[in-house]
Amino acid sequence: MVDVTPADGVPPAEVAEMELYHPHSWWTKYVFSQDAKVIAIQYSATATAIGMVALVLSWMMRLQLGFPGTFDFITPEAYYQFITMHGMIMVIYLLTALFLGGFGNYLIPLMVGARDMVFPYVNMLSYWIYLLAVLVLVSSFFAPGGPTGAGWTLYPPQAIMTGTPGGQDWGIILMLVSLILFIIGFTMGGLNYVVTVLQARTRGMTLMRLPLTVWGIFTATVMALLAFPALFVACVMMLFDRALGTSFFMPAIVEMGEQLQHGGGSPILFQHLFWFFGHPEVYIVALPAFGIVSDLISTHARKNIFGYRMMVWAIVGIGALSFVVWAHHMYVSGMHPYFGFFFATTTLIIAVPTAIKVYNWVLTLWRGDIHLTVPMLFALAFIVTFVNGGLTGLFLGNVVVDVPLSDTMFVVAHFHMVMGVAPILVILGAIYHWYPKVTGRMLNEAMGQFHFWVTFLGAYLIFFPMHYIGLMGVPRRYNELTATTVMTESAHDLNAFISIMAFLVGFAQIVFLFNLIWSIRHGREAGGNPWRATTLEWQTSETPPAHGNFGKELPIVYRWAYDYSVPGAKEDFIPQNMPGSFGSSREPA
Amino acid sequence: MAIALVLVLVVVGSVLFHFLSPWWWTPIASNWDYIDNTIIITFWITGVVFAAVVLFMAYCVFRFRHREGNQAAYEPENKRLEWWLTIVTAIGVTAMLVPGLFVWNQFVSVPSDATEVEVVGQQWQWSFRLPGKDGKLGTSDTRNVSPENPLGVDPSDANGQDDVVVEAADLHLPVGKPVKMLLRSIDVLHDFYVPEFRAKMDMIPGSVTYFWFTPTKTGTFQVLCAELCGQGHPLMNGVVMVDTPEDYLAWLGEQQTFAQLSAPQQVGSAE
Amino acid sequence: MSVILVFLLVIVGFVGWWLSHQRLMAKPWLEQGLIGDIIGPEGSALPTAKIGLGVFLAVVGCLFALFTSAYFMRMALSDWQALPLPRVLWFNTGVLVLSSIALQCASVAARRGEIDAVRLGLVTAGLTALAFLVGQLVAWRELTADGYLLTANPANSFFYLITGMHGLHILGGLVGLGRTTAGAWNGARPERLRLSVELCAMYWHFLLFVWLAIFALLAGWAATFIEICRQLLT
Ligand code: HEM
Ligand SMILES: [Cu+2]
Ligand SMILES: [Cu+2]
Repeated sequence: MVDVTPADGVPPAEVAEMELYHPHSWWTKYVFSQDAKVIAIQYSATATAIGMVALVLSWMMRLQLGFPGTFDFITPEAYYQFITMHGMIMVIYLLTALFLGGFGNYLIPLMVGARDMVFPYVNMLSYWIYLLAVLVLVSSFFAPGGPTGAGWTLYPPQAIMTGTPGGQDWGIILMLVSLILFIIGFTMGGLNYVVTVLQARTRGMTLMRLPLTVWGIFTATVMALLAFPALFVACVMMLFDRALGTSFFMPAIVEMGEQLQHGGGSPILFQHLFWFFGHPEVYIVALPAFGIVSDLISTHARKNIFGYRMMVWAIVGIGALSFVVWAHHMYVSGMHPYFGFFFATTTLIIAVPTAIKVYNWVLTLWRGDIHLTVPMLFALAFIVTFVNGGLTGLFLGNVVVDVPLSDTMFVVAHFHMVMGVAPILVILGAIYHWYPKVTGRMLNEAMGQFHFWVTFLGAYLIFFPMHYIGLMGVPRRYNELTATTVMTESAHDLNAFISIMAFLVGFAQIVFLFNLIWSIRHGREAGGNPWRATTLEWQTSETPPAHGNFGKELPIVYRWAYDYSVPGAKEDFIPQNMPGSFGSSREPA
Repeated sequence: MAIALVLVLVVVGSVLFHFLSPWWWTPIASNWDYIDNTIIITFWITGVVFAAVVLFMAYCVFRFRHREGNQAAYEPENKRLEWWLTIVTAIGVTAMLVPGLFVWNQFVSVPSDATEVEVVGQQWQWSFRLPGKDGKLGTSDTRNVSPENPLGVDPSDANGQDDVVVEAADLHLPVGKPVKMLLRSIDVLHDFYVPEFRAKMDMIPGSVTYFWFTPTKTGTFQVLCAELCGQGHPLMNGVVMVDTPEDYLAWLGEQQTFAQLSAPQQVGSAE
Repeated sequence: MSVILVFLLVIVGFVGWWLSHQRLMAKPWLEQGLIGDIIGPEGSALPTAKIGLGVFLAVVGCLFALFTSAYFMRMALSDWQALPLPRVLWFNTGVLVLSSIALQCASVAARRGEIDAVRLGLVTAGLTALAFLVGQLVAWRELTADGYLLTANPANSFFYLITGMHGLHILGGLVGLGRTTAGAWNGARPERLRLSVELCAMYWHFLLFVWLAIFALLAGWAATFIEICRQLLT
């Protein structure tokens, strides 16, 4: 037993009161706002809107794959443009923006007990540059030649050649410019998230008292700040190659019988830069999901997260390790084969801390008091899909197994499961969880249940069978499978089934969007802390939290974020800002 | 409650699907059944883990679901359990990695008696080049590519003169002989992939990549391109025929050499 | 990719050092009821803006480390032909050093509250930084006049690309410096002015350091140095 300081004599929070920015007009309050909560909603709304575009594009692709030859407007050209925009939007403009710009902005200041981000003006700029990046991206749909069809990996040389849609038109240029803008905007936001966690924690909020959500977003942001420059460099150099005719990536090429001006460049160099960003990117999306899902499980199972310290160490360890595995995306790229030994080993080593996180989630359920709320259902579904996708990652990470499987539909199934479906499930669960704090009302439960079941089962039925199509040897990024002999008749039927499921899942998201809008007005009143959660965002004096987040005084933190079902305590949760000691024996025997 | 049942169904359904569905890899036609074996090992280990985790979850959800008056246990951590789980996981991972690296070592060590075959990718077709009598391929460079010299063989290299050039047609290989595929591209990235051979590798303009295998079955196999190379990517098919040695020699005899191809006028006037 | 990996290793070392002071081994569930700031105030004692700038500089460092990595990887290919560095780069280096010194003086003066010296330092720094940029443009013109065009060789392409990137960062810094200078005349609060000047100085020193590294890279000394290290190791 550690002795306990009585709470009474504690002075009020001494954290220097920051000079809060005060909006003077409607414009500066709701549009050019510097309040992190408004910026969070702006980020989320923009990301969702562009995400819907990506969803519709996935329908188009599924139409073509499931019912080849039926839809004339999906030409090969269009298919490649759809696939590229779908992939890029989903990974960067939806997931990264939503997790860091959306959840990061909303939750970090509230959860660490700060009034706002530390550089609110820069934070606001971050959103507007992000919006600009999105608009540039969207504008490529209307540019001559349409958007780029180079695949989301944008591999040169094809990305900037005539054989690829948008390669010698505007498409690729707009894509590169948009990415560069995104990175600049993100860096501005990222500085805020990191420095706010470092500097603006309220009194008593030691690092080991941070909720895992903050740990996940914080680590992911640090990684993103260090990884996005690689994409930046790759984009700038590619832009030079395309627009100014340099040869960073472009070797000597004969295109349609004609020698191009370029010579000597290295396409592999681009791949190294791209994946040096691209692999950490996977974890930039995954770590916030890890953090959030830990909090969802703990709150709704009324039990402290099992092995909190291990969870923190695992997040940090995964974050660091993920910078030395990038070349596992390049096993069959023709790089030196001996790299395979190194990168297969590092890749499989990462599996260990990742597995520990999974164990700790399910062990949190053990002997819990599990409330099967909608957020909890999504959290459970996340574990299923994440475990599934993580395990197929062990196939692709193990260099020689990757040889037959790489660039097949197996890869498509794998990454959708692990970085598509799984993080999206967390996002959805998190929205059900925090919506009451943002709006003061609960989301409709019936629609929520419907949304959950269709999304979870539908997504599983889309992507689980898809692995087996890949196993047959069907390559990815094929808009036409009719000429591919490994594709059997029954596999075509399976593809049609997958497409129907894709439409169902998409439809459920529309119900969800409706729910989001409908419940603002008609949802049940939530009160300040509907889930009886411990973390600071639920202890604000007002719901939704007012400008400045907390009332006159910042909360003081007396305990970690997971005091659920403490033996001897009256309630089954103790808020982080509640002083005093409860229970007699806190060290398990 | 429903969720517990569904979790069980997900496991049962996935396992049944795995064993009963008709979708599985194509019958192998090369020596790389090692790769298939590694995949099988991986399937077993990961399958067990998947079933164990999800079933455990289902049990927890069923057993510890909220009922009036329940209280969760208070257990911040359990060092011993965590260590055990870590060790068991590490063992499982090693059991997959070690055979994998072992086979990878074989994959990258080309046997010395492998014959070289060059594959050249271009948007969107495959061409091939086999060494002539001298057993050596002449050097090549994309800069030499022209309508008369589609593969960019160096005309001044004596080794290249007797090379057999197969432009945009089928490749034949003798069964049972290891081959080293030298992969080249004259425009964008491609990837030479025959599902039945299990092996693949990207082709990079400006450099030569390779892999090796031994065809073990005669027959006709489709070549697929497995790296996005522009609009024609899905239609970039080719054919590899694995022949008996006699058939192979017969086919080889019908092919033209680089010298014959690059001197079409003389050949024409001589006839 | 070895340059960026070394760079990240430094960052990891720094983060690890910091984390090791954060009691990551503590068992937080045993500390209930405590305010828990056994290690003092939560944030660092440094001003938040400095920490922010520090993180930003780490990102900028990462960017240039990546350009350097790309430079070395591209350099290994056969078509590389080093280009002669224009003489004026030496002059530019000197000017940039002056600029840094001027800002350093300004920040010392700001600490002492000598507003005139601060103004002098800021203006000198601004002018010398502008002179640096002009000097860089002169270097570009000389090279193009001598036929070392952007597309002629990857060495040229990298030269323009990297110096351009660095120049853009200086340009961005000049905006901040301009605002600080305006503040020095319009009577900004002394503490505020002091912080701004210190931030500018920090940024300037960093960009000077980056420039020296780039200079060594473009002049080929970096490659020679690495070659020597490699030989010493083997
Ligand atoms: C119901 C939801 C979704 C459906 C039906 C869907 C469908 C598809 C399809 C059909 C492809 C093309 C596969 C191919 O032919 O190679 C694809 C590619 C891709 N998807 Fe999705 N997707 C969905 C959600 C997501 C999400 C949430 C992500 C976020 C990570 C995502 C990321 C990607 C990426 C990165 C690609 C690869 C693009 C490329 O090859 O360049 N997708 N998706
Ligand atoms: Cu191809
Ligand atoms: Cu292709």
